Amino acid sequence: MGLDVMQENDFIAARVTEIIAEQAMIEPSDITHDSRLTDLGIDSLGLVECIFGIEEAFGISVPFNANTPEQPGFDISSVGAIIAEVEKLVARQAA
Amino acid sequence: MRRVVITGAGTLNPLGADVPATFSAMQQGKCAIGPLTCRDVERLNIKIGAEIRDYKPEQHFARNSLSLLDRFTQIALVSARQAMAQSGLVIDEALGLRAGVILGTAGGGNTTVDDNYRAVYAEGKDRVHPFVVPRLMHNAAASHVSMEFGLKGPGYTVSTACASANHAMGQAFHMVRGGGADVMLTGGSEAMLCFGGIKAWEGLRVMSRDTCRPFSRDRSGMVQGEGGAVFVFEDYDHARARDAEILAEVVGFGMSSDAGDIVMPDRDGPVRAMRAALMDAALAPDRVDYVNAHGTGTAANDRTEAEALRAVMGAHADAVPVSSTKSMHGHLIGGTSAVELLGCLMALCEGVIPPTVNFNEPDPEIGLDVVPNSAREVRVDVTMSNAFAFGGLNAVLVLRRAP
Repeated sequence: MGLDVMQENDFIAARVTEIIAEQAMIEPSDITHDSRLTDLGIDSLGLVECIFGIEEAFGISVPFNANTPEQPGFDISSVGAIIAEVEKLVARQAA
Repeated sequence: MRRVVITGAGTLNPLGADVPATFSAMQQGKCAIGPLTCRDVERLNIKIGAEIRDYKPEQHFARNSLSLLDRFTQIALVSARQAMAQSGLVIDEALGLRAGVILGTAGGGNTTVDDNYRAVYAEGKDRVHPFVVPRLMHNAAASHVSMEFGLKGPGYTVSTACASANHAMGQAFHMVRGGGADVMLTGGSEAMLCFGGIKAWEGLRVMSRDTCRPFSRDRSGMVQGEGGAVFVFEDYDHARARDAEILAEVVGFGMSSDAGDIVMPDRDGPVRAMRAALMDAALAPDRVDYVNAHGTGTAANDRTEAEALRAVMGAHADAVPVSSTKSMHGHLIGGTSAVELLGCLMALCEGVIPPTVNFNEPDPEIGLDVVPNSAREVRVDVTMSNAFAFGGLNAVLVLRRAP
């Protein structure tokens, strides 16, 4: 059971990183959990496209509103934060 | 008032991916109409159209920018790049403030609309791509052209169905002539050869199932195409000061509304538009050496247009060559008059009048010298280009040989 969750979360991290890398037009290996989207050259439109890509990839709905930069519902402060949020949403959906 | 000249031209249309290729195809009398390849084509009753073939978006645009660019915007951008390159213009900060863009389109991001309606209605999806709105909006092409070249002056889109590009170019002409800008990129583009775009046109029952034969007695209707063209309109003194090559002078523009029927053409409206354009150009009707007709190939248009030409030109209507290049590139709807202006430019610059192809037999109700099937070499000093839209909105442009 624990192993399954681990594999699931590795998959999520890899897929989210791929989506962000695609948007930034860089290699996934150039992205770490500490990377910030703005530092990767992703602007506000790019962020919206990332969110869309994530929603499509995992069949989830991300509570993201471009008008509220603080994002109480979804932490976008780093790639690692986004991955953690997606893991939570996927787990909630599976539950 | 200032004089206005054309210093650049670019195009992406079913006949060619640039101006030289388009001129060559027009001179050979090529017909680009063929089987449609869009999704669900088997559910269409009309299965022919003039598509742009061998076009690869990724050869022209970065992958991450394509998600913002509907096909009609791509066509406008590819055309505008060619036109700007030919003009040799360098848009610095000062010129940018005196430069703008006015483009025509009838359907705007029609393919984007079609794709996303399919996704949410037919496929039951509850989510669409975030850029649906900036892709589908009618001003997307004009906005992207302004962004690419730093055109910070007037910018907007004109949408008058099949006259969109002529209305746009007429507005750009007025803008430069009146001093509102020194340089205007203008023309139009259209890309609605998608299932919904064609299905809508089918409904009108004016589409041909074989090919487009304007003015021919056996004509069978219109054939849709996709594509567009963009021109650089420039203040004559500005162009001279930088020693630019001048392709032609824009000398007259006329507009009118039928104020009659929403689809049926009228004789009086086109007559008034042609007369207004010639009066604007201060040219007598018999000075026109070539008319690029609206010439859709429908029973209603072609007969009415011939009558209107006779009313405007009198005996000269039987002498002046009148061709419909829609027979070759199809009806590019809102972009069509931009590509048709290329036919006029070819006549002025190369002394070759493009033909009306697919022509089988004269129609006694029409007459006219329609330059059947083969291009004609002849010196041309003045051209007139007609566009008569659904909704009864007419726009006519007159060009003259470069000064």
